[in-house]
Amino acid sequence: MASDRVFGLVATAVALAYIASATQAQSSFLTDPVGPKGFPILIGIVWAISGIIMVLRPDKEPDWPVRRTFISLAFAVIVLIGYAYALKPLGFLLPTAVAAGILSYQISPKPKHATLAGVGLSVGLFIIFKFALGLGLVAIPKWLLG
Amino acid sequence: MDILANLALGFSIALSPYTLMLAVIGCFLGTIIGALPGLGPSNGVAILIPLSFALGLDATSALVLMTAVYYGAMYGGRISSILLNIPGDEPALMTTLDGYPMAKAGRAGDALVLSGVASFVGAFLATLGLIFLAPLLARVAYLFGPSEYFALYLLAFCTLGGMSSNNQAKAAIASCIGLAIAMIGVDESSGLPRLTGGNLHLYDGVDFLVAIVGLFAITEVFFFIESHGKSSSLGVKIEKVKIPWKDIFDTRWVMLRSSVIGFIAGVLPGAGASLGSFLAYMSEKSIAGEKGGFGTGVAKGIAAPEAGNNAAAGGALVPMLTLGVPGSGTTAVLLALLMTLNITPGPTLFTDHPDVIWGLIASLLIANFVLLVMNVPMVKIFVRVLQVPAWLLMPGVTMISFVGIYSLSGSYFDLLLMVGFGVLGYVLRKLDIPTVPVIMGILLGGHMETALRRAMVLSDGDWTYLFSSPIAIGLWVAAVSGFIAPMFLRNILKKPQRVTD
Repeated sequence: MASDRVFGLVATAVALAYIASATQAQSSFLTDPVGPKGFPILIGIVWAISGIIMVLRPDKEPDWPVRRTFISLAFAVIVLIGYAYALKPLGFLLPTAVAAGILSYQISPKPKHATLAGVGLSVGLFIIFKFALGLGLVAIPKWLLG
Repeated sequence: MDILANLALGFSIALSPYTLMLAVIGCFLGTIIGALPGLGPSNGVAILIPLSFALGLDATSALVLMTAVYYGAMYGGRISSILLNIPGDEPALMTTLDGYPMAKAGRAGDALVLSGVASFVGAFLATLGLIFLAPLLARVAYLFGPSEYFALYLLAFCTLGGMSSNNQAKAAIASCIGLAIAMIGVDESSGLPRLTGGNLHLYDGVDFLVAIVGLFAITEVFFFIESHGKSSSLGVKIEKVKIPWKDIFDTRWVMLRSSVIGFIAGVLPGAGASLGSFLAYMSEKSIAGEKGGFGTGVAKGIAAPEAGNNAAAGGALVPMLTLGVPGSGTTAVLLALLMTLNITPGPTLFTDHPDVIWGLIASLLIANFVLLVMNVPMVKIFVRVLQVPAWLLMPGVTMISFVGIYSLSGSYFDLLLMVGFGVLGYVLRKLDIPTVPVIMGILLGGHMETALRRAMVLSDGDWTYLFSSPIAIGLWVAAVSGFIAPMFLRNILKKPQRVTD
């Protein structure tokens, strides 16, 4: 109940913001009857209406995970974001080993397995990507090696 | 005969040693991907697309490789459905209804072989159907103007939303989110950016591959973290694999009927494979009646959905190739592949790129035979794949997704966006909001808007032009009824629920 209502409200709000943003789109001198604003505004309207329907007629509550699982999911998201930022400056091997290890630990909390998954995936995938598929990955950047 | 000449052209491309090798590799990879619990056909094809670019394959080779993976994953998906009771994607759900009980009754090997043969029959007949129907439909498609295309896209969203979701409003929201994302970036006709919020990274728009990999693969990782990978334990023993000739012979008419039903369901734009396997299973269930014992592990209950599912997968290629409208999540991913290869699906595909299209069709036929040969004697090898533990598999999937997307653009922004889509996908799936319409929206949004704007230019802003031709009116009627009818049918046609232990 509540989740659908909250999501419906958020969706409606985002849709209205989207419509507002669409009205700001610049038109050029080459205009057509619909223009760059017409279709986005149309989508925004359908979107907002569907959101309101979700608020008015919510389905039954989904089974959300317990708080601890939520924290570990949030942590996984942070790890992935960190991995996205680290991939370029730190090279492939180190960030991959760390990120894969943490994710593995989160799925099955056994330190031995996690270490194995981290190191194994990092080295194994590097070999596949670099030598079998020929992708231009950097193993460890030069500045780290000194 | 035109078709024979075209097929000869196709086979001359598909039978070259290099292409043949790609097809075999694709089938093998695809079966493994389909069998891995938590990696369905859509996920598998999605994470491999960026990598196939990094390899620098040309259009035909990439297409052959990926469609072989697609067909292979459809075959492989049944392995985890039957042995683990985990459907790789939605259409495979119907196979678990009788497949899992049969496997638990100690006939796992029979179930696997029978479903493999049924898959082959369905896919083979559907490919034949594709050969005959696609050129015909391509000819009809020439009659389509912008207003007809607009109605057709609408039909795809309406039927997909109506069929695949339990709640129309939620399906509509999902479509709108996708369409809205597609609008971001530089507007094609005016050349000016819109809806970017001033972010330079968004000027090129959101790459649909980023969205697909995020919504499918990364979301799946979050679900595994939530469940701690508990669901993937092999509880069924598989003994010697023999070919159950009697079951295959007994189900021959079931396979044929289900293939026809599946193919028709697959051809309907937006309806797709889930409808195909569902209708095939339900109609066979009602033909067999109470005494048929559907749901307790009978041969017909496995043959029907598998033949229907694979026939629908082949049928879904018809609207995808001739009209550019995908019929299911996986064909949406294949459409993404075509679009990244700079091939615009549509009637002109058959005249402009006959080598690509007929090469593809010939490879599908070859892939089918390869898969049958691979799947019946070698099924035990693929069963081993199920034992790959989640703690190794899911981090691996994540890392492959990251590297694939990173190799597309080399920008951290796409990676962040992908994680964002992963989170969005988790929330949507938790709330029972389908994610396939989001992807369809991102894929088709640009085309849909262009169709609308062209129609309005032609009519000088007169909205009634959208309903001016019989084809357009027919499509509008189909769209509205496809969206509304499931609301009333839902009470009559209840989807069977998953069997639980």
